[in-house]
Amino acid sequence: MQNILQIIYLISSVTFILGLKFLGNPATARKGNLIAAGGMILAIFATIFLYTTETGEHLGNLGFIFGGLIIGTIIGWMIAKKVKMTAMPQMVSFFNGMGGACAALISMIEFRHLVSSGHYETASAGTLITIFAGLVIGTVSFSGSIIAYGKLEEKIKDFSLPAGQFINIGLLISLLGLSALMISGNIENTSVFYIILVLSVLYGVLFVFPIGGADMPVVISLLNSFTGVAAACGGFLYSNNVMLIGGILVGSAGTLLTVVMCKSMNRSLTNVLIGNFGGSNATAAATSTTFVGSIKEVTKSDAAIMMKYAKKVIIVPGYGLAVAQAQHVVHELEELLEKNDVTVKYAIHPVAGRMPGHMNVLLAESNVSYDKLVEMEEVNPEFATTDVVLVIGANDVVNPAAKTDPSSPIYGMPILDVENAATVIVMKRSMKAGYAGIENELFYKPKTSMLFGDAKKSLSELVSEIKSLG
Amino acid sequence: METILEFISKHIEMFYLIILMIFVGIELIGHVPSVLHTPLMSGANAIHGVVIIGSIIVMGQAHEIISLILGFIAVIMGTLNVVGGFVVTDRMLEMFKKKK
Repeated sequence: MQNILQIIYLISSVTFILGLKFLGNPATARKGNLIAAGGMILAIFATIFLYTTETGEHLGNLGFIFGGLIIGTIIGWMIAKKVKMTAMPQMVSFFNGMGGACAALISMIEFRHLVSSGHYETASAGTLITIFAGLVIGTVSFSGSIIAYGKLEEKIKDFSLPAGQFINIGLLISLLGLSALMISGNIENTSVFYIILVLSVLYGVLFVFPIGGADMPVVISLLNSFTGVAAACGGFLYSNNVMLIGGILVGSAGTLLTVVMCKSMNRSLTNVLIGNFGGSNATAAATSTTFVGSIKEVTKSDAAIMMKYAKKVIIVPGYGLAVAQAQHVVHELEELLEKNDVTVKYAIHPVAGRMPGHMNVLLAESNVSYDKLVEMEEVNPEFATTDVVLVIGANDVVNPAAKTDPSSPIYGMPILDVENAATVIVMKRSMKAGYAGIENELFYKPKTSMLFGDAKKSLSELVSEIKSLG
Repeated sequence: METILEFISKHIEMFYLIILMIFVGIELIGHVPSVLHTPLMSGANAIHGVVIIGSIIVMGQAHEIISLILGFIAVIMGTLNVVGGFVVTDRMLEMFKKKK
């Protein structure tokens, strides 16, 4: 039996590696996901029916195990099916938090078991290290992910404690210190374990709290790799290779993905984590920078004329477009303009939406053809030859302050050079600042005109205006 | 210190595995276009749901009530991670497939 289980674990491990490999290519990505899912199901059922303990017993409590599996499947399936595409990033964060919590609970149960069976004093340092690492990493991943989820859902506001950095470092040191003392046997009171648990929750919360706006995807990706490492700790604990491989694979791939994301935003990881992007700084910047100049509004009929008789129009979609669910109308506008011999392209900023690639998913959902989506490096030189740029619900990714104002929290982030185009029309709900909470000088430029209102409504009115022009 | 070294040498093949997997992970993600970052993150998120195996093992051997409760919650949370992760990823990738 054990032999069959090990073979199945081997097969599952291969499916994880293959799955990740296929996920890296648009043509095979979906297949990759299904392969990995198949391997996971195989591993789960093999564990339930074939796993035997050291004394040769099969696993008990099958009722509870299947109960948990069924409840989890129903809830998970429903949430995942119902969630809107715009809310994907926070969903990933939420599910990631669940994995972290699972790892932490495993450590907790194993620790309680060690203590109650009297093996705690004799347990090897290695076992204790994996238990403590699983607890700390899993818990930080859980509480951090839940805060990230809350922030993206906009249920939790940016907030940073005065001297937050020092509190965080202090927390981390006491966390690691207490763990080390317990593992080395210098602290014998086992309830310190729960103090470590509480400190870990706190650390996760305070770690994510001050990290603001556009950096959230980076944090989620980082927490994702944390959970991978926490899962790998479980692999050590049970000498279980499939957990180890799955966990480490995600840990390393996730870490690299985090770095790649940082690069595409031109930010260093330390910068993100130490965070001068924080909420307090951003609001300070918002109040301190006010621009002289006036905002010019444009009527829909003028905008329609400008676009219909343009040669080239570039659409810059942002999160506002997604929130307004306007991706279908924008596709309609694009088709209409193409019929009038206008070249239309979409300029996709690497972090358009809330995460790298998020906007591509949203536009693909409304059947926008792939070759119309142009990435930032490619599209930036094109703005100079563009007649009209239509910015829909994007703000930070077109903010020239990223280039010109070293004091701006987004300074250094690569942006779309929309100001090089002949005219810029910005569709926005109001003059409210973007996700990073800072003012945008672009809106005050002479060539920029604003079109206020809900993106979906404005766009469909634009479409009918253009149609009425014949 | 001695015990840690002993632990490492006892589990040496696992340490080899870790090193190899770190490189495999990096190789796999190395050249992925930024378009796929979100689905990839989501897919990786589902894969670390493998932690559920641990929760099943722990649950299958639990006896006293608190371990049973904690284990039960762990199984539910692990399942949420696995099922939610894979389904969300599939939904995202479905969008990509529709293009011609």
